[in-house]
Amino acid sequence: MAKRIDVQDLDIYYGKFKAVEGVSMRIEPRSVTAFIGPSGCGKSTVLRTLNRMHEVIPGASVDGQVLLDDKDLYAKDMDPVAVRRTIGMVFQRPNPFPTMSIFDNVAAGLRLNGVKNRKVLSETVERSLKGANLWNEVKDRLDKPGAGLSGGQQQRLCIARAIAVSPEVLLMDEPCSALDPISTLAIEDLIHEIKEKYTIVIVTHNMQQAARVSDRTAFFNLAATGKPGKLIEIDDTQKMFNRPSEKATEDYISGRFG
Amino acid sequence: MTSVTGVSAPDPSPTSSVASRSTGRLGDRVFSGLSIGAGTLVVVLVLLIGLFLVTQAVPALQRNEVNFLTSSEWTVSGEHPRFGVAGLLWVTVVSSIIAMLLAVPVGVAVALFLTQYAPTWLARPAAGTIDLLAAVPSIVYGLWGLRQFGPVLVPVQQFFAQYFGWIPIFAPNNGLSGNVSTIFVVGVVLAIMILPIVTALSREVFAQTPRAHIEGAMALGATKWETIRTAVLPFGKPGVISAAMLGLGRALGETLAVTIILATLAPGTPWVASLFNGGETFASKIANNAGEFDTPQKTGAFLAAGLVLFLLTFVVNAIARIVIERRKAFSE
Repeated sequence: MAKRIDVQDLDIYYGKFKAVEGVSMRIEPRSVTAFIGPSGCGKSTVLRTLNRMHEVIPGASVDGQVLLDDKDLYAKDMDPVAVRRTIGMVFQRPNPFPTMSIFDNVAAGLRLNGVKNRKVLSETVERSLKGANLWNEVKDRLDKPGAGLSGGQQQRLCIARAIAVSPEVLLMDEPCSALDPISTLAIEDLIHEIKEKYTIVIVTHNMQQAARVSDRTAFFNLAATGKPGKLIEIDDTQKMFNRPSEKATEDYISGRFG
Repeated sequence: MTSVTGVSAPDPSPTSSVASRSTGRLGDRVFSGLSIGAGTLVVVLVLLIGLFLVTQAVPALQRNEVNFLTSSEWTVSGEHPRFGVAGLLWVTVVSSIIAMLLAVPVGVAVALFLTQYAPTWLARPAAGTIDLLAAVPSIVYGLWGLRQFGPVLVPVQQFFAQYFGWIPIFAPNNGLSGNVSTIFVVGVVLAIMILPIVTALSREVFAQTPRAHIEGAMALGATKWETIRTAVLPFGKPGVISAAMLGLGRALGETLAVTIILATLAPGTPWVASLFNGGETFASKIANNAGEFDTPQKTGAFLAAGLVLFLLTFVVNAIARIVIERRKAFSE
């Protein structure tokens, strides 16, 4: 579990449009890396290339390398389905499967992997829900629809669903943007706990959140509308928020633009 | 789109706050008057048709000397009318079930292909072509089924009769398996007739599957088919059910094509389970005898059959409603 990600000279395209240019970075295992930057700078796009979810959009393509412990995710013989099984993802809006119960939602990934043994399933579901700090709230109603939970609970359910398959990496695309402050706090606490086991990458618009949860921060920006986004710098979160190397980072973090 | 059978996707019921917030302005009053009037009109029409059927049918039913639901006799004139709908019910339901069994899986598969697999340049014209199937008049289906398509199906019938003849529904039935005018052929033609409805409605619900659910499944490492199974099909299920019920409603009531293709049986022919047999559906029975409605008693007898069809379609739709409502708890 928990592997290192190396991104090397990554260009990302939507059709002919180059959305992101020349990203190279290293994401350490068992740490939280936050992606920050103004809207449209490509941070979510970069995140989605890390588990090959970018290419599900028609016409989308990638040029460059993403290495997971030296294994190229974009190698010719690499199956995107296999990549997504080892790299979990949590989305901006909680998206539990509406027709499934809480139990089935968490078990969905295991079932896709062919796990049928009821005992294994229920043990993993319990462990994952505990891991997502949701067990105590839902243990008496595992057979109820997941869509009946509150937004924050739904998002933790999605995190439980993602960690149930024991991924190497967990990607989070603005996981708290649709949640109230208390639910947000619950998710942030959760991120703190699970970073012991996983490599976590989180996209956030909330600067304080990046400062609170992450060990390292990557700042993305774009030169102008219509130009590709770029990685300006990546460094320890402490350093990024106190004395960043780049002027643009300082301007953005201190609220002078964006 | 679905008011005919009442199996539309459940509309949000108008909240009373909207109605009570009426400002009393002219435009507001005219519009609410019009919409209330239109809603009432539909209900009144259905009630009036039901009332018409009942008032016409009851006198004839009172004089009937056999059990209307279990008899297959059909003598409607004279002092001692003996008529029942068992035979009609059998042919109607069986031909419609054949149509459903064929059209729903094919329709759903086509809809999945169009929404999930086909490239855009192909999906649009292909969907249009399938919609064209709905534009073919039923008389054309009837003639085509009798002249062109039926003969193609005869070898299929004979195959089933030869190798699966030991199953009652595939019994050769004195060589009628070599005939075009069978319940089996009617069922297949009905399947083609309801295919566009099933496909079009399924396509619509599948296309509405939220991107978030599809991506949620894919991010768990679901393959294309697994994504369809975990996200698209569960989301579309109520829509597919209502599509199937709409198709069933049409198949149950289809008149012209059935009348043209299906051979009527001589009175007194004993009932057999075989699909390779003639017969009459409610609708084709009435159509075949439309020229004979000369006495109220005769007319009443046929309208009684019509009433059963009306109720049958109603029950089918009610079941569809219940299924859809039960699943609503599990959707957003």
